[in-house]
Amino acid sequence: MEAASHSEAKTNYLNADYGIKSWLLTTDHKRIALLFLGSITFFFFIGGFFAMLIRLELLTPAGDLVLADTYNKLFTMHGIVMIFLFLIPSIPAVFGNFLIPMMIGAKDLAFPKLNLASWYIYMAGASFILYAIVTGGMDTGWTFYTPFSTTYSNTNVITAAVGVFIVGFSSIFTGLNFIVTIHRMRAPGLTWRRLPLFIWAHYATALIMVLGTPVLAITIVLVALERLFHFGIFDARLGGDPLLFQHLFWFYSHPAVYIMILPSMAVISEVIACFSRKRIFGYDFVAMSSIAIAVLGFLVWAHHMFVAGISTYAALIFSLLTFFVAIPSAVKVFNWTATLYKGSISFETPMLYAFAFIGLFTIGGLTGIFLGAVGLDLHVHDTYFVVAHFHYVMVGGGVTGFLCALHFWWPKMTGKMYPEAFAKLSAVLVFVGFNLTFFPQFLLGYLGMPRRYHAYPPEFQVLNVLSTAGASILAAGFIMPMIYLVWSLQYGKDAGPNPYRAAGLEWKTASPPATFNFDETPVVTWEAYNYDEIDAPDHGPQKGVEVAG
Amino acid sequence: MWSNLPLFPARASNMAGHVDALYFALVAIAAFFTVLVAGLILYFAIRYRKSRNPHATQIHGSTALELLWTGIPLGIVMIIFVWSAVIFFMQTRPPKGAMEIYTVGKQWMWKFQYTEGQREINELHVPAGRDVRMIMTSQDVIHDFFVPAFRIKADVLPGRYTSTWFHPTVPGRYHLFCSQYCGTNHSGMVGDVVVMEPADYERWAASGVDGSLASAGEKSFQQYGCSMCHRADSAGRGPNLVGLFGKPVLLDDGLTVTADESYVRESILNPGAKVVSGFKNIMPTFQGQLSEEEVIGLVAFIKALGNGSANLPLPVSEPNSGDYPIAPKAESSAAKSDKTAAPAKNATQATPVHPAAK
Repeated sequence: MEAASHSEAKTNYLNADYGIKSWLLTTDHKRIALLFLGSITFFFFIGGFFAMLIRLELLTPAGDLVLADTYNKLFTMHGIVMIFLFLIPSIPAVFGNFLIPMMIGAKDLAFPKLNLASWYIYMAGASFILYAIVTGGMDTGWTFYTPFSTTYSNTNVITAAVGVFIVGFSSIFTGLNFIVTIHRMRAPGLTWRRLPLFIWAHYATALIMVLGTPVLAITIVLVALERLFHFGIFDARLGGDPLLFQHLFWFYSHPAVYIMILPSMAVISEVIACFSRKRIFGYDFVAMSSIAIAVLGFLVWAHHMFVAGISTYAALIFSLLTFFVAIPSAVKVFNWTATLYKGSISFETPMLYAFAFIGLFTIGGLTGIFLGAVGLDLHVHDTYFVVAHFHYVMVGGGVTGFLCALHFWWPKMTGKMYPEAFAKLSAVLVFVGFNLTFFPQFLLGYLGMPRRYHAYPPEFQVLNVLSTAGASILAAGFIMPMIYLVWSLQYGKDAGPNPYRAAGLEWKTASPPATFNFDETPVVTWEAYNYDEIDAPDHGPQKGVEVAG
Repeated sequence: MWSNLPLFPARASNMAGHVDALYFALVAIAAFFTVLVAGLILYFAIRYRKSRNPHATQIHGSTALELLWTGIPLGIVMIIFVWSAVIFFMQTRPPKGAMEIYTVGKQWMWKFQYTEGQREINELHVPAGRDVRMIMTSQDVIHDFFVPAFRIKADVLPGRYTSTWFHPTVPGRYHLFCSQYCGTNHSGMVGDVVVMEPADYERWAASGVDGSLASAGEKSFQQYGCSMCHRADSAGRGPNLVGLFGKPVLLDDGLTVTADESYVRESILNPGAKVVSGFKNIMPTFQGQLSEEEVIGLVAFIKALGNGSANLPLPVSEPNSGDYPIAPKAESSAAKSDKTAAPAKNATQATPVHPAAK
């Protein structure tokens, strides 16, 4: 972040203080967000490296590139790193952290030290996971299913589990901070119904983090106790029940899917509104659909267990509830689409990512209906159909949303513009590469190729080759932003406070913002997305707020 | 490799058509909504692009539209729910009179035992046109019995029986996959399901059998001393097992359970869990002393006692003469059962389906 030294005399959060200590001991939510951005980007590329090795192994039917044990470790480490060290913290810890105080007109989060602690806890947990990886890895799958994880695996299960346990507290702290901040620190006049939808979705995410993560922590402690001391909790021979593990695990890990997707939805609402110069169609419904997703998300966990040996009627109830949770997601997609109607639409990079998000998430969501339909799930469960489905949601949704946010708020975070042409190219590469990687996997899944297979029957090869080819394009699409965004720190044009003429209090600060965001606390007298006022011909400096700096 | 690109799995059971119909309906629905959303986005993006429409028209929303696009998807998914539930009932309720094959999954192979006594590893011969019910358990971790051509799948758990069934229709050789990750050689835990014409199956089944599964169970029943207490008269210290299977059993806590495979299994391995009303909780546990194959033999024998196709052996010693005989050590019984689990002589040797399997 040396770029801040360039030209500007003004003090901002980047140049307010120098030296490694000023970063490691900062309580500024914006600096902590950048610490998280650096950390999760590092782990994203580690996880991506594992993914490339997986795709290369699957280029041929024979298990010839790596040993079976190595392959099992690769998909386990890919899953653990991507889910616990990238996707779950990604948008909340970076953009939620950076933007929530600014969007609500606050100087910082409610508990700045807790916020910094959250980053240290994340790094501590990540260190355990990294240590587990470099000292031999783990092979349980990210799902840690018992009794394999407790009795049969002879890899670094405990070390990795301790890492996941610790990282969970980072998530809880972040969630707690968001809930209190959103309740207590909104600027005068910023009522709940004037909040940007970004805040609503992060509020829903924070509820899941606080309510769900402790269950994961408990489950992991039980796995460790069983593995180390042979408690009979999950081991059938000791009177335990392996299905109990799955219930506890998915009670967290299904809502965790919404921790990964709701923040992306948060981003899309902001971006769609900005680049179609419109209020979000059906604001109340989009806001409430986030809350509905958070609540219903806790009631559908056993749809991961339709073939696991649960009773027929339990499976039917969870199938029914699963269909209900599809509705609020559909409502969001329809409202975003309707927002475009009679808009004034331009196609900057964040908007391209937002379009990609809607398309990919729609496919991801609709294929969730296939899996929720219990009679059909019996065929496609644990096949590549599931792999394709959750990558459409988590990469097509989660990662695309992350890149959308990164491009939309990069000028705010750094004060610099990135090269637009390269950025558009990367958005296209991600979209094309993603579809080529994962669409063939739907076909593979219906054909019956099971997931987590190191070797496979030869008739599945063509589709696997297509998938690997797509993964190479996708990788290029992910590496490009790394290069031009870093380049822009030094050579990018100055962004100015509001390059997209976007609504939202964060755009009424300087870019990069001052340490305490606002010189004086703004008073809000307008609804979110007041693009009619911003675009009005006589529109002067925005009422109620001075542009800081 | 390009000449070999299947896009759709073989249909070899009566369930395949039902599942595929639902699949096609969902593909149509998914395609419709994807095209609808993508089409509208493209249309709006072009029609209302900035250069053509420099000023946006603000619209707050429409409750009627919100109700419409909440209600229509809800209606559609409720139809899908009912449809899939109907299929699910068919998938999970085996018809009466299905032939039964016991399955033990272990890292990393499938062992099958037929009630007539055939045993196979990683290869499962079944007749076309008969209902086949798989009664499955695992010796170690969770596995999953998956035959794509039949559109069925069920996890195979340690410590309990799970079951699934199918009605094969088209003779041929189909993939059997373990689809629940089970460790190092998970992708090698594969096999073939061979669906045969009924006449071919009869020939196959008639060869190389030395005694039925129930008769193997009867031997265990004597060897482990079960017959001392579970007698055909009321003088035994344990309940009479003749005619028991499939009937409701009154327990000492007043509840009633059906004597199915899981109940019999639990009563052997954890006898104190559900004690029959009027009996004392005195049976020793056989946990760790019986291999899964031996338990399956006992279950098959008790089942045969239930339908009258087997009789109780005479007690090996006087019922009240003293202590229980000491059961053989777990190691020896497991080793023995592994030897007997080798495929029947005339059964085709299991060949890996694909060269990739290691």
